[in-house]
Amino acid sequence: MDSANTRGGAPPVPVSITLTVNGREHRLDIDTRASLLDVLRERLGLTGAKKGCDHGQCGACTVLLDGRRANSCLALAVANDGAEVTTVEGLAEAAGAAGEGGLSPIQEAFVERDALQCGYCTPGQLCSATGMLAEAAEGWPSFVTEDLAAEPPALDDAEIRERMSGNLCRCGAYVNIVAAVREVGA
Amino acid sequence: MRPFTYERADSVDDAVALHGEQTRYLGGGTNLVDLMRLGVEQPDRLVDVTRLPYDQITVAPDGGLLIGATVRNSDLAVSWSVRQTHPLLSQAVLAGASGQIRNQATVGGNLLQRTRCSYFQDITKPCNKRDPGSGCPARKGENHNMAIFGHSTACVATHPSDMAVALAALDASVHVHSREGKRVLPLSDFYRFPKDDPSRDTVLKPGELITEVEVPPLGMPSSYRKVRERASFAFALVSIAGALKVEDGVVQDCRIALGGVAHKPWRAHRAEEMLRGVAATKENYLRAADAELESAHPLRENGYKIPLARNLIVRTMLSLGEGA
Amino acid sequence: MTSLERVEARDKVTGRARYAFEYPVEGAAYLMGVQAAVGRAEIASVDHEAALALPGVLAVLSCENAPEIAEVDDPELLVFQSRKVSYRGQFVAAVVAETWETAQEAARLVRITYADERRPDVRLSADHPGLYEPEEANGGFPAVSELGDPDAAFATAAVQIDATYTTPAQHNNPMEPHATVAAWEGDDLTVYDSNQGASTVQGTLAKIFKLEPAQVRVVSPHVGGGFGSKGTPRPNVVLAAMAARAAGRPVKLAVTRQQMFATTGYRTPTIQRVRLGADADGRLTAILHEVVSQSSTLREFAEQAAVPSRVMYRASNRRTAHRLTRLDVPTPSWMRAPGETPGMFALESAMDELAYTLGVDPVELRVRNEPERDPEQDIPFSSRNLVACLRKGAEHFGWADRDPTPAIRRRGRKLVGTGVAAATYPANRMPNKATARADADGTFTIRIAAADIGTGSRTALTLVAAETLKADPAQVTVELGDSALPRASLAGGSTGTASWSTAVVRACEALLDELDGEIPPEGVEATADTAEEIKSEPEYSRHAFGAHFAEAEVDIDTGEVRIPRMFGVFAAGRIISPTTAHSQFVGGMVMGIGMALMEQSVMDAEFGDYLTHDLAQYHVPACADVADVQATWIDEEDQHLNPMGVKGIGEIGIVGAAAAVANAVHHATGVRVRDLPITPAHLLPDF
Repeated sequence: MDSANTRGGAPPVPVSITLTVNGREHRLDIDTRASLLDVLRERLGLTGAKKGCDHGQCGACTVLLDGRRANSCLALAVANDGAEVTTVEGLAEAAGAAGEGGLSPIQEAFVERDALQCGYCTPGQLCSATGMLAEAAEGWPSFVTEDLAAEPPALDDAEIRERMSGNLCRCGAYVNIVAAVREVGA
Repeated sequence: MRPFTYERADSVDDAVALHGEQTRYLGGGTNLVDLMRLGVEQPDRLVDVTRLPYDQITVAPDGGLLIGATVRNSDLAVSWSVRQTHPLLSQAVLAGASGQIRNQATVGGNLLQRTRCSYFQDITKPCNKRDPGSGCPARKGENHNMAIFGHSTACVATHPSDMAVALAALDASVHVHSREGKRVLPLSDFYRFPKDDPSRDTVLKPGELITEVEVPPLGMPSSYRKVRERASFAFALVSIAGALKVEDGVVQDCRIALGGVAHKPWRAHRAEEMLRGVAATKENYLRAADAELESAHPLRENGYKIPLARNLIVRTMLSLGEGA
Repeated sequence: MTSLERVEARDKVTGRARYAFEYPVEGAAYLMGVQAAVGRAEIASVDHEAALALPGVLAVLSCENAPEIAEVDDPELLVFQSRKVSYRGQFVAAVVAETWETAQEAARLVRITYADERRPDVRLSADHPGLYEPEEANGGFPAVSELGDPDAAFATAAVQIDATYTTPAQHNNPMEPHATVAAWEGDDLTVYDSNQGASTVQGTLAKIFKLEPAQVRVVSPHVGGGFGSKGTPRPNVVLAAMAARAAGRPVKLAVTRQQMFATTGYRTPTIQRVRLGADADGRLTAILHEVVSQSSTLREFAEQAAVPSRVMYRASNRRTAHRLTRLDVPTPSWMRAPGETPGMFALESAMDELAYTLGVDPVELRVRNEPERDPEQDIPFSSRNLVACLRKGAEHFGWADRDPTPAIRRRGRKLVGTGVAAATYPANRMPNKATARADADGTFTIRIAAADIGTGSRTALTLVAAETLKADPAQVTVELGDSALPRASLAGGSTGTASWSTAVVRACEALLDELDGEIPPEGVEATADTAEEIKSEPEYSRHAFGAHFAEAEVDIDTGEVRIPRMFGVFAAGRIISPTTAHSQFVGGMVMGIGMALMEQSVMDAEFGDYLTHDLAQYHVPACADVADVQATWIDEEDQHLNPMGVKGIGEIGIVGAAAAVANAVHHATGVRVRDLPITPAHLLPDF
């Protein structure tokens, strides 16, 4: 069998890191192998970010990492020592909508448009949409942007669909997701 | 995943000094961490190179680009200079993966990503690339998205990067550092054909670190197109990076590189040579495309890539010609 | 009915909704399964030592040391009870460790030695020597059904269509992988599990571990999709309970995405021959629909793909038949509308071929063959509004202006075409229990062990209860997803809302009977059991129907197919919750687009596993694949169903959707693709 597969076991390598998650600082002793996603879910009890594939192929684990949307399953926690993370649990507060029942505009739009069904991809969709809207506001083009040398066009449906394609939804809520993002991005 | 030690390098000297047996440089990790979780990669040590001072894109006076290896894919794609002078590079990067992954992945890491061949990614199966000498089940197995050019009995995998296809068309070169110093490799020589040693994707020696990618000025219209079954967030069946300069109806210069067809970005040198100096007509594009594809050797299930590549070459040249 | 925001939407958008793996259980360890790396063999030995030597590893389980468990109908659940490897990827060992990282690494170190390894037989073909006729197809349908003399009628028909259609294996791939957290307290077992029916899982676990059902509690209030793959218990739930007992600790198990492709079910590939005989006016004289599919060596599962052809169209001569072969593959199972989904791709493609051959409009052809009674059972339909769906859809879609000639419309470098296909799905009911409770503060609580896997059942049942109780939905709380609640049937076969709402209505009615003025401080509670009511249903053929209209754009240069718009009209009884129902219909259609254009699990003929075993290789539609997809419905009043008059809507959205796309691709290009999915490889050499 594969030579790589026959190498014996070795003990975990412990390491200490600091993460600021949803505005709160955490000092953590972790295994170098731990993903940011598993640290959030298993160590900090922040289970909003989901594990759908663990290989960067579905987007359910999307969080905002130092302000940008990222797949937390592919981010080693140790490599993100000192990072600032916003998860779905912190979206409302980050949008200044904290408090009982407070939702960020994108969360509110998802509820109003029924942009979810089973809900498992939803936290990733929300974090991704939040990051994506910020990217668009900074003038980032996408693969479907006609003329890269011009200022990018308004965020039309084709642009939203392309930019949100890193978040799979097996329930097929895309039509409503696009409507919710369009409403908030307008 | 095998346990590993983690080191963060502050300088290139530091990074190459930290590199030893079973070491991997860690960029964005979007492919390396994926492969470690699959057991395909089992490093004992990761050297994080993302904090090295190679996170800038510099525009040379002649319009060429010097792109730091730790520049994130997103930052490269959205760079105003890149969009204006080398739009195909921007498009190629935007065609890859997802918004999230582009925010994480680095330029150096993108160049070094491994094939997505399913046999390579499954450690319970033979694969000459992962486990030299074990065999290549893809050759006779499921190969609808494998190579049509330059494959060998040992390996039929394709290179998955979109960015590298654009860089191939752009005659880019790669700056690498090691304990022995620095060398510059033209991208055309950077990647290898599998031949009898598919375990090596590139000519990099152990411990060599990509620090920069140098892109000469282009000065002609260019574009990147990617064909896939899913409309987004999928690897290419075939992709094309093209550039064309037409004056008075005659092709002055052109660039054609194909993705998804070989172990490395496939620069269509033969087609380019045939086109330089001839009339910019559909017939000539078609003739050049057919000539290029003469050297293709499709496998059982990927013969469709030949008409696909031909159509892409013709259509891309026609579109670029119209724009001129 | 009034529209109500999805009841749990706010919990889902804030991350508060908890899924199985997320339940905080004190002292839980992590469990990771180990899969067979061969397709057909005996396990000679399993060496646990290297894995156990790893610091943090608590236990290793395999056939070497697994405790004996009781037999159940599904051998897939009898983990580690045999040394036989029935398919590559079968769970053959498992590791319990302090952390997930260690469990994952230790799983790699379990050494399994195989004996008597043989090349697995995994390739389905129409002439496979093992093909046989099962007694029944899934759903309890007879495998073969025949009326008149179909062969003779077909042979003498003025117009004949004889075509073979294939659909590949497809995987459900709910976004939440199957997961279980298991904890024992003495002989009492609690599992937090991702499933489509807590009562079903409870019953299975009780049998397997020889417990009384009351000793097993299954908690599953939020489930991240299932699409059939969580309809029956999967090995993960047994494995978790077994390992928790062996390790003396609660354990958490999440099946990895890659593991799901072998261990959590899939839709069998099908090979379907359809023969249609018609007179010159397009009136069908013969319908023959013969299906070949696969099952595992462990268990018979015969997908009932020919069954929809028993209800769709009128013809006095008909045969529908299923044959099956048992391969060294994982057991196929339910995936959204098993039977109807692949079967209607074939039948509705064939109908399009017939329309094209005859020069009859495909909508008209279907209308012309509309039966007045169930064409096989010769009983009345409880209601049937296929024609209304076709007419409404045609009008909305602009069908009247359609030129039927293929391959003549261009939009830039794209060929454009439109297609139609019909949909059907049976409306069945299962027995259930429910309680309804009134409290002195004016609130009502409904309790039923139903499942909400994203279908909106919590919302629908809230509306049902509110209507029956004549209360504001805000006063009603529905508790579901817990086997401690009154026993319920599973979320499957589009039976959920029909079945659960019957029990909820009856419980609410009983509660109203008991309520007499002031509600006492201890509240009032009433219970209903619908077993008797369901047994005594009058004889009707009960089905939902629908029609899909799709537009396809096919790139001339690349063969890429995209769907700019799709419109579905459904007649599915009364729609209880418009908001969530719309999402369900559209979601089914989106999955149908995936089936048509990209979904395909490729079997590795040499090694015997599904090669495309992750979400980068098994493509499900992404946001960019879904443009203008809309659904609407016809309000049906059907007195022969259930108190709410509902038919169920979870599955019909996918039925026929792929055929509508394939028919649109034909209209766009002139190329008839009979083998799904429709990829550039199919289209490129042809134009």
